[in-house]
Parts: sequence; structure tokens; C-alpha cells
Amino acid sequence: MSVAPALALRGISKQLGSTRALEDAHCTVRVGTVHALLGENGAGKTTLMRIAFGALEPDAGSVALHGATRRFHSSRDAIAAGIGMVHQHFMLVPAFTVTENVALGSRRRFNATQVAARIRALGVETGLAANPDARVRDLAVGAQQRVEVLKALANGAQVLILDEPTAVLSPAESEDLYRWIRRFVSDGGTVVLITHRLAEALAVADDVTVLRRGRTVLAQSRSSVDERTLVEALGGDAAPVALRPGVRPVDAEADIVFALEHVDVVDARGVARLRDASLTVRRGEVLGVIGVENSGQRELLRVLAGRLEPSAGRVTRPARVGFVPEDRLADALIPTMSLTENLVLADAGIQRGVIPWAERESEARAVISAHEVVATGPRSPVAILSGGNQQKFVVGRERAVSPAALVAENPTRGLDLRASARVLAAIAAAADEHRGAAVVFSSDLDEILGLTSRIVACHGGRVTEVPAPADRLDRAPYTRALLGLGA
Amino acid sequence: MDALVALWDGAFGSAFAFWSATLVRATPLLFVGLAVAVAFRAGVLNIGAEGQLLIGAVFASAVALALSGAPRVVMIPLMLAGGMAGGALWSGIAAVLRRRFGVLEVISTIMLNFVALAVVSWVVRGPLQEPTRIYPQTVTFVEAARWPFLVPGQRLHLGFVLGIIAALALWFVLARTAAGFRVRAVGAGPRAAQSAGGVDADRLTFRVFLLSGALAGAAGASEVGGVTWALYEGLSPGYGYTAIAVALLARLDPRAVIASAILFGALEAGGAGMQRDAGVPAVAVQVVIAMILLAVLAATRRRMSLSDGA
Repeated sequence: MSVAPALALRGISKQLGSTRALEDAHCTVRVGTVHALLGENGAGKTTLMRIAFGALEPDAGSVALHGATRRFHSSRDAIAAGIGMVHQHFMLVPAFTVTENVALGSRRRFNATQVAARIRALGVETGLAANPDARVRDLAVGAQQRVEVLKALANGAQVLILDEPTAVLSPAESEDLYRWIRRFVSDGGTVVLITHRLAEALAVADDVTVLRRGRTVLAQSRSSVDERTLVEALGGDAAPVALRPGVRPVDAEADIVFALEHVDVVDARGVARLRDASLTVRRGEVLGVIGVENSGQRELLRVLAGRLEPSAGRVTRPARVGFVPEDRLADALIPTMSLTENLVLADAGIQRGVIPWAERESEARAVISAHEVVATGPRSPVAILSGGNQQKFVVGRERAVSPAALVAENPTRGLDLRASARVLAAIAAAADEHRGAAVVFSSDLDEILGLTSRIVACHGGRVTEVPAPADRLDRAPYTRALLGLGA
Repeated sequence: MDALVALWDGAFGSAFAFWSATLVRATPLLFVGLAVAVAFRAGVLNIGAEGQLLIGAVFASAVALALSGAPRVVMIPLMLAGGMAGGALWSGIAAVLRRRFGVLEVISTIMLNFVALAVVSWVVRGPLQEPTRIYPQTVTFVEAARWPFLVPGQRLHLGFVLGIIAALALWFVLARTAAGFRVRAVGAGPRAAQSAGGVDADRLTFRVFLLSGALAGAAGASEVGGVTWALYEGLSPGYGYTAIAVALLARLDPRAVIASAILFGALEAGGAGMQRDAGVPAVAVQVVIAMILLAVLAATRRRMSLSDGA
């Protein structure tokens, strides 16, 4: 006998604008399992799950829930049928409390006490604790994600779709999430995990579906696949790009490019964000920075990049430093403007007089071709580019502004393997320039280990160097540093 | 049908209708339309052009009355400068409130419109009232303070040409220069403008706020200098509010503001003609204006959602 699958998508096709997002894609999710949905950027993972969630209607194909074919006209239908989805970009009202946000998704009349009690009960039941009275804007990203999950659970979700849930989480937070997912599944729940992180899929999933250019190219149980099969399925005929350029040597005699001496940063509310931070980055070096949310790395990077004035201490840095911020659509790019305009943006503060637009357009064209940005031309708006191409453009622009000094914050967030490799190579290239150096923060420890010369950890606003362990693969010292424990 | 004919005749039906009604009404709309457009471009929601226009008119009138012996070449530039300073002062109040205390300019500017009305009421009964102290208005300006007409026998005056020059200059600055690019960047992506571009967004929006007020103040100077030759209550039939429609219809492009100001000038002029000749109340034109505005907003919204889906 066999139980009907929790979710069965068959023959799904979907046209989005001029692109064929899905073509006869299928995905079957068994009850009580974690199902990893893998694919590169633009492979159609999110589109397929938005169809399952009722946010999009398919052009062809069927959606079946527990064996019964359903036709969802909106997410409301899907929520009523027991599906919940946590989007990569949270759908929370920052000014509302946790209770208010959870109630927002429900059809019932708002009763704050009842909803708060429900949140506490769910916390006990599922291990997802959240303070019902906290305002969402005051919560860290990981906590906001828990609120999203709670919102789905409060609406009775049995099938939970998580879109790149660990993209915004620190390694420790990711561990917590995996643990929670396993617990939810063992209690009879079902989880679809949209991800492009192979290791993640291999670690937690029971089944794996791989999409490539809108088609399902692999659908197997975890036990019958290995890393190599998945890499091949993901990238197809193209050979996967090496992610590890190798550890860079440190030359203790080389010239100093960046230096901080006893730097403090106090934010507008008077809270110390960085305390007595000192470090040096020498020529040819890539300094890695690690830290969990709100540990001071955000401020550290901005001080190094010249985007933030410290409250105290001395800063040495090149006159202009390229900066690749984490939130590229808000902090690095103006989506409604063209690529040329976004190139000019980097000089906006210092440029005077009439802008030579024709010249700047050919510069934009040069960045596009040098960094293999896929775009129709320098005049197309940034908004229509994929995330990977946007990021390649940002890195290209910042390298053009400052070829030999670059600061990057989670530069591969949301990118597929190939785009990630290109971005990391560009960062390494900055350090290889004459008198060049780079600083990179990443919440992905593996990424840092493969790219950098030395690593500093931020914890509670303090910055300490993590001595490299004898065994390069030993991650324990880094994990201890993240948690603020001594070596 | 009669009403539409009357509307058309009132706006374009004769040389007089066009040169002396449509374009004369388009002139203040041109200035205030630019004021709103440049502010919106920078993300400053200045909906107080009406109040800034009125204070500009008060300042320009004060200049005209104080310098009654001055020659025209001195008088007119000083009236214009006075009007712009008055408008900038008025928008400056909202600008300071926003920068210092984070007061939303949507609220402060609209409140200041009512304060400006009260200021006009006071000055025409107090410091600037005509000497007989009977009528709530100033004396009629001396000859030198009346702006020259452009076409013989028509009421179109210097203000219109100044408005066209302002529109073209503003377009050039926004489209071609670094300063204009900063304005557009701060409006379209304030965080990126600061982080990636090193632009001081607070300072820039403050300046744009003042510029916007100055343009609206110029409309006030142009009205008292070119049309009324005196200051009194009810000087503006709500040009500062129509300005929002003028700017939005032009998609905040200063060149297009010229055309949209003339269109709205024609609707205002035609509305008056329609009331006179066909007995249809002029407020019917307000309905037309509102419908244009809604259609433009719907079209913009649709474009946004389309690009969002792609």
C-alpha cells in the first residue's frame, strides 16, 4: 500500500514574460519527508513552488494535494488547504508585533490574546520560540524567519515550503533550522526546501528534485544520489567551476593597505557596535571576516570601505575602496535605473558639471563584457537582470572604481555556483593587483576558508583573529570564535 | 455637446482664448508643475506648492510696493527674486521639520498651505493694505512693477517665457549634469545613492525642497506681476494643487511639464468658458482633471506591476 504524496506537481509549464520559466516540470513530495528542490539561479525552483502555493497559476499541468487534484486561484486557497510558504524576502510588517504579523495571515477575527497564546503554544509544541509582543523590526533575521514559519503553522500548514531559508542565516542559525525541520518532519509534517546549496540538500533531505532551465532533470531519493551526480544534474554538460582557489599566503613584511587602530563605532541609538577594533591587511592579502548577525561585522566592513565614520580610533585605507554590500538592490544598485546610470552612481558624490554620458555608456559596456554580465545592453534597467548578473555588475563596477581595494559583504548570497565562482575570483583578483588587498565577510565558512589568507571573527563588537588550525579542514576553532569562545 | 464646444472655444476658440486665457493660466501651472516635479524626482513629496506660491506672491508684492520708484529692469528681477525667496522660505520650514524632527513633508506642507492663506489674509488687511483701508487688498502696482506683455493686445506676459526657460534648464540639469543625477539617484534609490555613491541624501533633499519652494514662489511673483498687479485673497484658484496633476501627467519630466501645463491651462480656461456659454458648472472640469490623474496613476501602476512580474 502507498500513501498519496503530500504534494504532486505534474507536467507544469509556465511562461513568465518572454521567458519559459517551466517546461513540463514535475515534483512529487512524500508525506513526512524533507524534499530538496535544487537548481541554479533562474532554473525555475521558486516559480514551481509559487505555483504549488497558488501565487501563480500554471499554463499547463496539475497540482495534487494528498492525492486530490486542486486548482488554487490564490495563495489564500493554498493556505486554506494546508500549504505554507516562507519566501526568501520576508513578508512581514516591520512596525507590527509578532502577534499582529501572525494574525495578518489569518481569516479569523483578530484577538490579540488568543493569537499570542497560540504562538506560545506553538513554541512549546514545535520548539520555535518567539516573543509575541516583540516588534518585528527589532528582531534579528533568524528570529524574523521563525515568525514567518510560525505564521504558516498558525494557519495550519502541514506542507511547508522554505525558499532559500539559510541564505540569510549564520551557520549556527542554519543548524538550528535544520534541527527544527527534522523535528517538524518526524511529527508528520512535510517540508520542501528550495536551495542551491548542495551540502544543505545532502545533509537534511530525504528526496531530491533538480530543475534545470525549467525542466526536471533528476528526481531521486537522497540515498541513491551522491554529490557528483547532483553537480552534473545541476550544471549539465558544463564542468563545475572550482570553488576553491586555494589558501593565500600571508607576507608579514608587505605594505599595509588597510589598518584599524582602536576603532569604536557607536550607532545612532548610543549602542556600541564595534569596540576597540584593531587589525591590519597587507598587500596581496584577502582578509576573511566571520560573525553571526549583529556582531559588529557590518560596521567593521563599512568602516574599512569608508562608508561609515568611526566614533573613535584611527583608520588607514586607500582613498577609494570598492564596496560590495550584502543587500545589493537597496545599497549598491538603483533597480529602475539603467546599467550606465548605475555605473555613474559610483561617482555620484564626487562628479561635477555635465556628465559625459556617451563615454560612460562605453565604460558600462566594458564592465558588461569584462565580467560576463548577461544583459541586452548598457541601457537596460538593472531590475530586469538576474541576481547573479546584478552582482557581477556591482563587482565589476567597484573594481573599476578601485581596482586594488575591495570590501565585500556576503558577496555570493543568492547566487548559483557559477556566478559565485566568478564573483569570488574577482575579489581575489583585486588582492592580486599591485598594492592590492581585499576584505570579505561571508556567512558561509567554506567560502571564506577557500579564499582568504587570514580570518578574523566578530563577536559582540570585538574583533579577534582566529589562528589557522593545523588541520585545514578543522572547523572547530571558527565555530568557537563565532560563539565568542576562546581558542 | 454644447458644453464640449464651449470648453473648446474657451480654450482654443479664438486668438484671445489661446493667448489671453489658456497660456495665461498655463504660466503659474508651469512653475508649480516644475516645483512638484523636481521635488517628487528627489523623493520629496512637496504638496505645499499652493502655500509656497502664496507666500511668493506676498514677497513679490512687498518688493513691488517698497521699491515703487525703481525702474523696471531693477523691479522685475527683484520681484522674481523676492517671490522665489518667499517660496523657499515657506518650503524651508517643512524642510527643516523633516530634517531635524523627521516630520513627514506630506503633512507639514499641506498644513502650511492653510497657514499661507491666513498670512495672505493678514497682510492684505494689515501691513500691505491699500491706504484707504476699505478693501482687503494692496494698491495696484506702479507701471514698472507690471510685467511686460509678449503679444500686442494679449494678456500673455513675461512669466510664460521665464517658465519655459525654467523648464528647459531644469530638464538639462536633471538629464545631463552630475547634480541632476544626484537628485534622480536619491529619489530612485536613497540608500544606494548614499552607500554606493557617497551622496549626502539629507542635504540634497533639503536643497531640492528649497528649490521646489522657490519655483512655486516664482509662480506667485509671476501672478501678481503679470496678471493681477495687486495682492488679494483668492489669488490662486488652487494652482498649487493642480500642479500635482500637471507634474504626474508629465511623468515628472520638466519638458513634458510644458505641454501638460498648457493642457491644464486650457481645461481651466475652457471650464470658465463652458460655465459662461453652456451653463455647465466649471467644477465639471475638475472631474475631467481627476479622471486624467487617475488614468495616469493606473497606467503607471500597471507598468510597474508588469515589470515586476517579468
